[in-house]
Order: sequence, then C-alpha cells, then structure tokens
Amino acid sequence: MEHHYELKEGCLTILMPRELDHHQASQLKAEADLLIEAYHVRKLIFDFSGTEFMDSSGIGVIIGRCKSMGFAGGEVSARNLNERLKKIFIVSGLQKIVKTDF
Amino acid sequence: MQSKNEMKIEFDARSVNEGFARLAVAAFIAGQNPTLDEISDIKTAVSEAVTNAIIHGYDNPGEKVALSCRIEGNEVEIIVEDTGRGIADVKKAMEPFFTTKPELERSGMGFAFMEAFMDTVEVDSAPGRGTRVIMRKKIGIREGS
Repeated sequence: MEHHYELKEGCLTILMPRELDHHQASQLKAEADLLIEAYHVRKLIFDFSGTEFMDSSGIGVIIGRCKSMGFAGGEVSARNLNERLKKIFIVSGLQKIVKTDF
Repeated sequence: MQSKNEMKIEFDARSVNEGFARLAVAAFIAGQNPTLDEISDIKTAVSEAVTNAIIHGYDNPGEKVALSCRIEGNEVEIIVEDTGRGIADVKKAMEPFFTTKPELERSGMGFAFMEAFMDTVEVDSAPGRGTRVIMRKKIGIREGS
C-alpha cells in the first residue's frame, strides 16, 4: 500500500494507513526515515484521521521515529486519533512521549 | 440458551495474513452481538498473537500458523498456534517492553496488549516445539442487560 506524506517548511506530516500493523509498518518506517533525513525535518506529525486499526507494531513505528528525530531536537506529535487509538496510546504509555490533542 | 460454535483456519506465516486473521475472527464472532469495543479488543489481541507467530516463530514465511476460535455461551476462546522456534522463558517474554527483535523496532508490547484487551491469556511454549497462545474473553454483556 502507498503511504502519503506532506512536507512544508521542515514539518513532515505522515498520513497514517487505514490499518497500521506489522505488515504496513516496515515500508512506512523506511520511507519516513528517508524523508526525515533528506529534508532535515524538525517537526513530525502523525495524522491518524484515516486510521481505523493499530496494534503494538504501530507503537514501534512511532517510538522508532522519535529516535530518528533525535529526542533532543525535533518535535513529534500525533493528531486526529479516534477513541480506539486513544485507548492504544494510553495503554502503551505513548501519550507520555508524543504530543497529542487529547 | 447456550450457543456453541467453532472454527479453525490455517495460513502461511506471512505478514499480509495478519489483517486476514483478525478480520476472520471479527466476522466469526459478529453473531454474538459484541460491542464495537469488544470487537476492537479481540482484533488487536489476535493481531498481536499472529504477528508474534509470524515474526518470532519462524524464519521461513512458507510455514503455517493455525488459528482457532470457539464460542461457548458468552465466552470466546481464541487459540493461535505455530510449530516454530518456541520460547525458552515465557515469563520474560511476557514482560512489557521485552523484545528479542529490537532491530525490527518491535515495541515489546505484544503480550501486554493481549493481556490488556482479553480477560485471560495463557502461553504454552518450549524451544523447538512451537508456541500456543490461548486467549479468552466474555463478550456481548452490556451494562443494564
């Protein structure tokens, strides 16, 4: 499946896939890292508006990108999470390391 | 009235089948009148167990993962089984954030998610013998009903 990205003034927005599992994760990780490095991204936004499902593979994707961004420098946030995804973020503790809108 | 229903499927240990496995279970339990939350909980748990079997159980994607689901009354029992590598220390494997595949950015949250979203999780495994994960959850019980 093809993933979608928006790049604007050092800010990269990743439109997350409908189902974020291990199968979807590997390509997404590689593409995101390539963009983060090539365009000196300072702000990374995961947009979950089109995502209906995510399991712990998605946690790995997000934590991994936080590392790629460098904990000291860049800022990582997640937006447009549905109730289910909020639950996943809370159960995993992800909302403590990524900025969210809830 | 106690209803009883069972199904079993077997598929290749390929990541593309993770989505198939959780949808198959969701479709099978749909008749039990589960809430949307219960369906999501079960789909997540199935996805975790099947992903573990695919990533950790085997080196060869041609190997098989077996998934069975049994409904009895208001309880769903799901068994995910591989005949692969097996787990030497199950207790350790179930600790949150423990992973043997950090290079794949595995979060180590697989078993923690299964335990968070199901009522019970049992793991039967030994090196060289494969792994069997048995998960149970009561569904279709709404407040006030």
